[in-house]
Amino acid sequence: MTEPLKRPSKKNPQKRTVLPTLPPHARSRKALAFTAAAAEGVLKLQQCAACTHITYPPREICPKCWSMDLSWVPVSEGGELVSETTLRTSINTHFRERMPWRIGTVQLDAGPSVLAHVHGDVEAYSRVRVIARTDKSGQGVMMALPEKETPNMADDRQLRALTCDPKFRRVLITDGRTELGQAMARALADAGASIVFVGIAEAWRPYAGSAELAGIPGVEIMPLDITDTISVEELAGEIGGKTDILINTAEYVRPGGAMERDGVVTARDEMEINYFGLMRLIQAFGPGMKFRGADGDNSACAWVNLLSVYALSNWAAFGTTSASQAAAYSLSQCLRGELAGSGVKVMNVLFGPLDESWRQPLPPPKVTPKRLARTVVESLQQGLENVTLGPVAEDVVRRFREDPMVLERELTQIQLG
Amino acid sequence: MSQKHTRRRTSYDGIVVTVPVSVAYERYSPEPAHWWLGRALSKLGESADIGAGDIDGLCASSFTLFPDTAVGLSQHFGLTPRWLDHIPTGGASGVIALRRAARAVQSGDANVVACIAGDTNHVDSFRSMLTSFSRFSQDASYPYGSGGPNGSFALMTRDYMNTYDVTREDFGKLCVAQRKNALNFPTALMKSPLSLEQYLDARRISDPITLYDCVMPCAGAEGYLVMSEDRARELRLPFARVLSTIERHNAFPDDAVQIRGGWALDKDEFWDMAGVAPCDIDLLQTYDDYPVVIAMQFEDLGFCEKGTAGEFIRANTFTTDGSFPHNTSGGQLSVGQAGAAGGYLGIVEAIRQLTGGAADNAVAGAKLAAVAGFGMINFDRGLCSAAAILAGEDA
Repeated sequence: MTEPLKRPSKKNPQKRTVLPTLPPHARSRKALAFTAAAAEGVLKLQQCAACTHITYPPREICPKCWSMDLSWVPVSEGGELVSETTLRTSINTHFRERMPWRIGTVQLDAGPSVLAHVHGDVEAYSRVRVIARTDKSGQGVMMALPEKETPNMADDRQLRALTCDPKFRRVLITDGRTELGQAMARALADAGASIVFVGIAEAWRPYAGSAELAGIPGVEIMPLDITDTISVEELAGEIGGKTDILINTAEYVRPGGAMERDGVVTARDEMEINYFGLMRLIQAFGPGMKFRGADGDNSACAWVNLLSVYALSNWAAFGTTSASQAAAYSLSQCLRGELAGSGVKVMNVLFGPLDESWRQPLPPPKVTPKRLARTVVESLQQGLENVTLGPVAEDVVRRFREDPMVLERELTQIQLG
Repeated sequence: MSQKHTRRRTSYDGIVVTVPVSVAYERYSPEPAHWWLGRALSKLGESADIGAGDIDGLCASSFTLFPDTAVGLSQHFGLTPRWLDHIPTGGASGVIALRRAARAVQSGDANVVACIAGDTNHVDSFRSMLTSFSRFSQDASYPYGSGGPNGSFALMTRDYMNTYDVTREDFGKLCVAQRKNALNFPTALMKSPLSLEQYLDARRISDPITLYDCVMPCAGAEGYLVMSEDRARELRLPFARVLSTIERHNAFPDDAVQIRGGWALDKDEFWDMAGVAPCDIDLLQTYDDYPVVIAMQFEDLGFCEKGTAGEFIRANTFTTDGSFPHNTSGGQLSVGQAGAAGGYLGIVEAIRQLTGGAADNAVAGAKLAAVAGFGMINFDRGLCSAAAILAGEDA
């Protein structure tokens, strides 16, 4: 049974911070498709189009029929642990610091036998559920979990290395003025975050839900205006060394395309918050988080960007907002590249129309702020990096992956009705 | 893996192996692999009293020779061979080199082939070798704790012990016997006796594997010559004949965990070709990085039934002075694992035993030796298996 995680004690400032080291990150290009699926929490293996054989490790050719037509498909997570060992030495520095480490061979129901990390609650030779996740190096790996939930399962040391569980971590929510920011604060507090810092710009201006927000246990209201470099730097100076998860809830959304606008004032406001705001946060909080990727049970672990799915492909109805979201999405990838090697994951949540005032005329289905908050918490607990939320977003992402050029045509067609 | 179209194989009549040389191993060496391979070659020259002009075939194996291969060695060593091979099969390279070289000599493509294997061991060599060992290991095994071979063999050992009647004491007996043999082998890196208690109480490495199940990576080199019997007589070199050989790669790919090696596919042909039976063998050299693989070789080569290695171990001593002499120099477990030279250790020792070159650890009256090789954990299992039966000159 997993020992419940103990609340981390206050950090001794005289002690040296343990620097992030990484599990092996080198992979073949083929294996990156496994990683891409793992970043979404999906276990995908290669399947031969000609003979349906499922193969692993990643190959260029089907070993059964020599077809070159292998594609990545989601497979059953079921399997059986057929052998296991607990490593007590490793030649890799990252693992050496974390011994003992349990691994095993799993015969997947899908066919292949695979190596996987093994959860402490898995019994010898039992049925397991094999999940695919990204590890601290950002590469996809498999882990065998007990088939059924066990007590304190998420606290398993090896599983927690793959997840970004908010339990006992300190979270910064960058904008608490909105229903979204407040729902996020409540969800993180409920998930066991030890502190939820909530940024509020221009605190003298009243806002709905302020009293309830301040009343959530663990919430600390902090002055933060992400359009103001000094404000962002001042807050980073105060809490940057203990921000384990940063969730950027700030957004600026206005309907309309470029032609409908007079000048660039609105577009500038959009960029100021959606793009430059993110950049200010990265510059102020990024280095500290990057340094603290291996800093104990409450290490820095995740940076969450909430983005409109139209960041992928512009929708003229919210044309300039889409453009600023696209800029933010691109910058988020830059951030992922810059945090590579730190063990801090960048999670992008692409969501469909949010149920809030600036998107009021849009028809359902919409994503409620509460639902978005819950999804962020669950995705952190699962250690995901790419999340798509809501039927609209799922639809757009699916079309985008099928053919981004066709999606571009679909989104720029003459709108009927 | 159908055998039905296999034609009857030509024998190795008239082909011999000779001049076994070992370059004393060192735990760490600042010298490059080229030095170790070069020293093996120069020892071959000294021992046979021949020079570059007499060697027209070169076969080399090494993990640490980068950026060179056997090609670069020809120029480095001042050889102008008309036959060249570079064999990347690790622990199976010694037997596989013999197969290749024997056919080259038999067909007249070469007269004298120098077979050499060697590796250096710098302080960080082993780690960097494992980091980029193979694509499959890079993608699918190294990221899981980076235990290297310890982890892979632990998984095999666990499964084997779970399936068959074999105990830690049985595996320990093999390691203890090899250490006893090594005490008579002057260049073994392990020089102190090992008791079963020490084996059982040793530091855990990767359950159920403990310290004395593991080989110690080191620097070293091995070599031998392949030539015609006539040539060996001209040069007055004591030699051994080649009675049969087998090799196999990626056998039983659908076994979830490796519990047998490719020998099991080829063992009938192996004994038929030699015209001898397992009970005729005077000494066996197995590939021994981890005792579980030794057990598989006992079974899969036919020295005992599958699943009965435990019983077989309990029934023999495996020492040079006892029953079923095995890994008579101490094997890699006690001599050290010098990279690809580990794949040559057994064959070189077998030639020594059959040519009167094994001094204090000689097996009395040894005439027939079997040698097996095993190599390359490409992902989760050893892909290469090989074996040979050698006979002394008068056998």
